[in-house]
Amino acid sequence: MSSREKILATCTANKPALVDLPQLSDEHLTHYDDKIAQFKFVLESIGGKVVALENIEQVKEEIATHKQSGELVVDTVFSIDDALKTQTSFDLERVDRAYLQATLGVAENGSVWLYEAQMGNRLLPFICQHLFIVLAKATLVDNMYQAYQKLNITETGFGVFIAGPSKTADIEQSLVIGAHGARSLTVYLV
Amino acid sequence: MSNLKTLDHAAAAEIFIKDEARTDWHDDTLWFVRQKRDKAVNGIAEWEQLREWASQIKNHTLSNLDNYLTAFEKQAEANGIKIHWAADALEHNQLMHKILKAHNISRIVKSKSMLTEECHLNDYLKKQGIEVVDTDLGERIVQLRDEAPSHIVLPAIHLKKQDVSETFHEHLHTEEGNNDPQYLTEAARQHLRDHFIQSELAITGVNFAIAETGGFVVCTNEGNADMGAHTAKIHVACMGIEKIIPKAEHLGVFLRLLARSATGQPITTYSSHFQKPRPGQEMHIIIVDNGRTKQLGRADFRNSLKCIRCAACFNTCPVYRRSGGHSYHTAVAGPIGSILNPNLDMKANADLPFASTLCGSCSNVCPVKIDIHEQLWKWRQVIVEEGYVKPEKKIAMKGMAWIFSNPKIYRWAGKSGRWFLRTMPFLGNNKLNVWYKQREMPEAPKQSFHDWYQQNKNK
Amino acid sequence: MKVGLFIPCYIDQFYPQVGIATYQLLKKLGCDVDYPENQTCCGQPMANSGFSALTGGCDKNFVANFDAYDYIVAPSGSCVLHIKEHLKDDKNPTKAQKIRNTIYELTEFLVDILKVEHLTSNFPHKVGFHTSCHGQRGLHLSSMTERVLPQFSKPEQLLQKVKGLQLCYPERKDECCGFGGTFCVFEEAVSVKMGKDRIEEHQKNEVDYITAGDVSCLMHLEGILKRQGSKVKAIHLAEILNHE
Ligand code: SF4
Repeated sequence: MSSREKILATCTANKPALVDLPQLSDEHLTHYDDKIAQFKFVLESIGGKVVALENIEQVKEEIATHKQSGELVVDTVFSIDDALKTQTSFDLERVDRAYLQATLGVAENGSVWLYEAQMGNRLLPFICQHLFIVLAKATLVDNMYQAYQKLNITETGFGVFIAGPSKTADIEQSLVIGAHGARSLTVYLV
Repeated sequence: MSNLKTLDHAAAAEIFIKDEARTDWHDDTLWFVRQKRDKAVNGIAEWEQLREWASQIKNHTLSNLDNYLTAFEKQAEANGIKIHWAADALEHNQLMHKILKAHNISRIVKSKSMLTEECHLNDYLKKQGIEVVDTDLGERIVQLRDEAPSHIVLPAIHLKKQDVSETFHEHLHTEEGNNDPQYLTEAARQHLRDHFIQSELAITGVNFAIAETGGFVVCTNEGNADMGAHTAKIHVACMGIEKIIPKAEHLGVFLRLLARSATGQPITTYSSHFQKPRPGQEMHIIIVDNGRTKQLGRADFRNSLKCIRCAACFNTCPVYRRSGGHSYHTAVAGPIGSILNPNLDMKANADLPFASTLCGSCSNVCPVKIDIHEQLWKWRQVIVEEGYVKPEKKIAMKGMAWIFSNPKIYRWAGKSGRWFLRTMPFLGNNKLNVWYKQREMPEAPKQSFHDWYQQNKNK
Repeated sequence: MKVGLFIPCYIDQFYPQVGIATYQLLKKLGCDVDYPENQTCCGQPMANSGFSALTGGCDKNFVANFDAYDYIVAPSGSCVLHIKEHLKDDKNPTKAQKIRNTIYELTEFLVDILKVEHLTSNFPHKVGFHTSCHGQRGLHLSSMTERVLPQFSKPEQLLQKVKGLQLCYPERKDECCGFGGTFCVFEEAVSVKMGKDRIEEHQKNEVDYITAGDVSCLMHLEGILKRQGSKVKAIHLAEILNHE
């Protein structure tokens, strides 16, 4: 018998009688009167920045300014460069700023969801030094239950919830921002 | 690094506690994590509901595990992921080695995976001349020191920043005596970035594998799993069979519980959902049994397989906090380790179910409602039944049981010169009175309650 | 209402004053109390050490002694919990079941069954409350810091009725003292360290007494207090509630 068969057969032999799967519902979960305030409060408490914008043009200008000053800026909000897909860690390692559009934000925990298609390259949101996310206010949901109702995680090959900048507390529980991933995360709410 | 079993828990703990100031520091540091957890969960009105759901989802999954595993396999393969099955730790390591050899790979990064610790993968590969670079900061620290992690979420929690500074000075040439965590973390960031961008193969763990979609989720705060997985041309994810959950929507329960229980964060910084390999990438999953199906067959202990490895039970455990992870001489320490490890090797781990006061705090914090302290009690019964206790203990217990079964003898023994002081188990079974080492004995009163009652009942 | 008083073996032998206080208190509150004189031990010391197979004799004796009562009351959460969870008698399963359902720890009996509104006790001291784990997490005598549930405490409810008593809690409100049955000798180092840490927190509150619902915790804490030469004394809750 192969290990596969052995494992499955032992599972079959040893598993208990079938018990029911619970029915999840949003009914008993917390909903927020002001999702924007909640999102901002939580994300700032975990090291992220939240900036409410009048219009998205401001982001465009910001990108232009930083490009001009010689920083390596990757923007997938306004235009995705196909070449991005095939770039390697050696290329992306030099990225100072990445601007990405998120699908939705979660008020309960300050996270945002990105599909692979919105990243241009899976590695980008992790390897860039500073990460900027554009998020439509209207996409905010209360909690993770609602988030998964809206998302289809099989839509692309990869997707991620990101909540704040990369961090660690592995040395004596002292919080340090900027472990391996982005050193800062800013969410632009539009 | 597998120089683990040397002393039993009590002996190792005694050595740990000799440095009382350091013990206090260790205890306070972990208590701080428990407090962060308390703060986070008290902000969630539906916390107990989430725990109940999580528990029920896991119970359901275990009761249908074979079908979920095959459903997962089928879907994952359809997504272009290669599935491997390993009956035990050795087969897991051999499978990994085979993948490495087939591609002739030498630059390997690994993010946190307790399963690979359980299988002692690094040791195994080292013997084959292959070096794996651990990329979780805490794991990298202990790896450089040639130690085992002492905690499943905070691998280097037993170390002070001075220790880390010394290690980094030696291996990464940081300034001598610079103990600033910010500085040290930055040094590790630069050092590990070099490894990431050159990595050819990335090993990660799996937090949740979704039967419905054939995808899996990996949670980190540092971003190290993603840095490796999205760089390397081969990604190997290792998972125990119990990591399966039925549907994506169930993540909406588990992701709410995991980080809050582990560190008090509302969610980990990155919750990465791997669905398919990226174009040109190879993705493998090794599904490991290593005693899990056996545990599934133990009715009293099977629900230990619900564990999501949050380590809340470690942080709350007053014994763990005062004895350190290494005193448990196993890859997974703490209360959950004490109910998992006897299944793997009852003799070698017979001490662990006794390394607890059965206070029950572990069961209370557990986000998936494992009755940890009750299982500790049950393991004690099994261990005794299987004969893994010292004969002296057995003789003393038999004597005690006999006396307690006979009221007359009990009363006679009570009167006859402090039988209790010699015989009660908590007062020591031998001439070397362990109780008395650091505690005074209770004073023997003039009369027992029984005698008082006889004199006073009719007054 | 006939109440059978269960006085666990180590109370009988070492802390008769706790048994006496419990007996007098129940009497004062109007109960028809009886102490079945052939009782010994609940069997917990063996069972918690892994020898539950040896507790048959204890179980039989327990059933024989306590079969005839409407309620069984004991000043020890952990012994009560043991009976509730593990008492069995193959020959008399219904009797054993009835006992499991009708055994109460003292404070829960006073609060839930007698619904005590008023106490005549007087204890003008600063008292630190040690929450014994089995009573709390096992019998749910009070809410637990790990859970997100409404707060309550049956022992506190009673202590607040005691005249002159100033109640305080240690910083870690419900951490274990480290007694743990045979744990206290087989894991002596950890056990004592846990006890010392509890005591230190109470001492920071400058208490005169440490009280608890379990004598086992108190015996352990008292042993350490005495060794340290501390002025702080250990006293069982029943002794305070019975103190005039
Ligand atoms: S047993 Fe429960 S508390 Fe402990 S690590 Fe597992 S899930 Fe977390």
